[in-house]
Amino acid sequence: MKAQQATNEMANPIHAEGGLSNEFLTFTLGKEEYGLDILKVQEIRGYDAVTAIANSPAFIKGVINLRGIIVPIVDMRIKFNLGKVEYNEYTVVIILNVANRVVGMVVDGVSDVITLKPDQIKPAPEFGSAFDTRYLTGLGTVDNRMLILVDIEKLMSGRDMGLMDKVEAQGE
Amino acid sequence: MSINLAQFHQTFFEESFEGLDTMEAGLLSLSEGRADADTINTIFRATHSIKGGSATFGFSAVAKFTHVMETLLDEMRGERIAPSETTVNVLLRSVDCLRAMLEAVKSNTTFDEALQHELYSEMQHILDANPDAPAAVSGIKGGGTKSAAASGWTIGFRPHAHLLRTGNDPLRLLRELGTLGKLNVKADVSGLPPFAEMNPENCYLRWEISLRAAAPHQAVAEIFNWVDGDCDLDIRANAEPSVSTPVSISTETAQAAPPVKAERSVAAESAASIRVSTDKVDALVNMVGELVITQSMLSQLGEDFSMERILKLRDGLAQLERNTRELQESVMRIRMMPISHCFSRIPRMVHDLCHKLGKKVEVRLSGEQTELDKTVLEKIGDPLVHLVRNSLDHGIEKPEARAATGKSEIGTLCLNAFHKGGNIVIEISDDGAGLNKDKILAKAKERGLIKGDEPLGDEKIYELIFLPGFSTAEVVSDVSGRGVGMDVVRRNIKSLNGKIEIESQASKGTTIRIRLPLTLAILDGMSIAVNGQMFIIPLTFIAESLQPKPEDIQGIAGRERVVRVRGDYVPVIALYELFNIPPRITQPEQGILVLVEAEGRKIALFIDEIMGQHQVVLKSLESNYRKVDGIAGATIMGDGTVAVILDVAALVRLSREPRAALQREAA
Repeated sequence: MKAQQATNEMANPIHAEGGLSNEFLTFTLGKEEYGLDILKVQEIRGYDAVTAIANSPAFIKGVINLRGIIVPIVDMRIKFNLGKVEYNEYTVVIILNVANRVVGMVVDGVSDVITLKPDQIKPAPEFGSAFDTRYLTGLGTVDNRMLILVDIEKLMSGRDMGLMDKVEAQGE
Repeated sequence: MSINLAQFHQTFFEESFEGLDTMEAGLLSLSEGRADADTINTIFRATHSIKGGSATFGFSAVAKFTHVMETLLDEMRGERIAPSETTVNVLLRSVDCLRAMLEAVKSNTTFDEALQHELYSEMQHILDANPDAPAAVSGIKGGGTKSAAASGWTIGFRPHAHLLRTGNDPLRLLRELGTLGKLNVKADVSGLPPFAEMNPENCYLRWEISLRAAAPHQAVAEIFNWVDGDCDLDIRANAEPSVSTPVSISTETAQAAPPVKAERSVAAESAASIRVSTDKVDALVNMVGELVITQSMLSQLGEDFSMERILKLRDGLAQLERNTRELQESVMRIRMMPISHCFSRIPRMVHDLCHKLGKKVEVRLSGEQTELDKTVLEKIGDPLVHLVRNSLDHGIEKPEARAATGKSEIGTLCLNAFHKGGNIVIEISDDGAGLNKDKILAKAKERGLIKGDEPLGDEKIYELIFLPGFSTAEVVSDVSGRGVGMDVVRRNIKSLNGKIEIESQASKGTTIRIRLPLTLAILDGMSIAVNGQMFIIPLTFIAESLQPKPEDIQGIAGRERVVRVRGDYVPVIALYELFNIPPRITQPEQGILVLVEAEGRKIALFIDEIMGQHQVVLKSLESNYRKVDGIAGATIMGDGTVAVILDVAALVRLSREPRAALQREAA
């Protein structure tokens, strides 16, 4: 139990570092605005030529060639059932570096990099079974807009993403 | 000016291990009775260079050990000691010990010294048995227990009062003793005079030392060599010294073996370098030179390009392609190593096993220079060893049994390696009893691996021995027979994309054939498409491709389809069904059937069209994603897109699963 708390704190620098502020990359899915720890982002690129992988869930679009490495692409709009799923020259892929892997994530758009102070972050409420709040670090407020802060590492290595053979124990 | 010797260590180790291989090979040919002066000289030279090197680098334990070996070899060279079987065996074990010592020094770990001391005394014993030979180690010769390794020693050390004045320090001696093993030192202070009468330059103390180490008497006595005459010394064995009969030796070696192995694996992790011959590097340099020339030619063309020069451009591009392919081949060749690295340890193993099993076997190696990828080479070693052990244990009969069937008493074991197509084939054949089909069948029935009266072809029967837990050996020995192994062998070979086949004839012998791809990183593949999606099928699995006529396709139970190919019925498996792709065409006669073969089964993969043939670089899908059934990996095509490489063996398996379910439904 203690170990689990420790990993939680590691994954969540806000609690670990107390008064220090953190930088988040914000992106949109439909009308909702999300934020993720900027240090997990490797790069942002357009969406192109994805090769489908047989018998994978619909939100796993396939794999791309990212300068010689094979990177899986996840469409969060399909995963969270948000926004219109279409692919054009404005579709954005955030390439993440999580759990020693490289994963691409399709979102509706990337808006900004913002800094949040700890007092701007409120804990996420419980939602029952509709949404798993384990993947949330909290809710942030910027200019009266609500920002959903996700623990992207936990989300991507979670069992229901089916991205990794070995599901991280901390996801449980 | 100081020279950092550490920079030469790597070279020293590499050379030493090569030297050890030379010694081993030489000793093995000695044991086969070919004791010519040349061979002994070769062994001697190798020993000598290791000794010299280790002394230079300050690996004194190694140097000391090789010194005794060298002395023994020198006696053999001078024909004062005959290369008898015992002598050669001791030397062979010393080579092993030396190798373990070097590994230990290399990885900076400690080495279990018991084995070393034991061999040390055995060699000394051989030398002592020969009166003409000078002692390798000049020192105090103890009593009758000299050559026997005792479990410990009790040493009474009573220095004379003037000991300190001779420049000797008892503490140093005790420390030296401590290097041999665990020390328990009791100081006797009874001789100590009152303080006023004490002469600080006199030694009043006495010691009673108990040493727990399997060190020979000599090693202990040697330490007190300097104080000989300046002290009273008695060295008694603690317990009954173990008598050096062959029995006790073999048990002790067995005990000493595990730590040695552990050291080896440590070293294996750290050493990931390849020695590449200079001509390979030279070829590479040449090729890069050509590439540069082609590049400059092309850039010149590009500077003022007009349509008239299109032919020249085409020439240039063709040359570029050729250069690139040649370069790729040479770079791959760097990773290629001759299979002799693997084969070379076989004769030694056979030699040891024959002793254990009481069999006479001659090993014939051929095609040792056949090259294959380093990773493949590393992984094929253990399966090969296992197969050879099996051949020796189960295949080749005892000399009496062989004589009774009119065969030569000496069995033959052949290892052969050669290239065939894009594969390397390794054959292990013996002229032993062959596989006993009835016995295998009976055993399989007993274990419930097959049902009662299934008629099985030879091939199917031989397949049975690869099942986990299968063994027909009546007696489980430490050589083989536990039934773990053949399934591991097959799994290892499969993980290398290889195949294993058995051919056997009763009382004529067995041949096991392993087919392996030359390299794991690059494979030849056929690109195919299903509704616009591109896939790669590794060429090694493809038997043929055909466009079927409508009448060749037959339906079975309305759902399954088979195609008739030259009298055979092969199940048709649509790739779009396996992979859940919306189909573009559903009638096999509109598309192409690719006959693929894996695990002895053939299926006809139904695809839309064949695109071409490529050499593709295998990229892992698992490094960022996970394992997907039916997919071996991915590759990047010329246009930068990703194409999926099919795992044919898994597809064949997948195609069978729903079929089995159907059969259950019907029954």
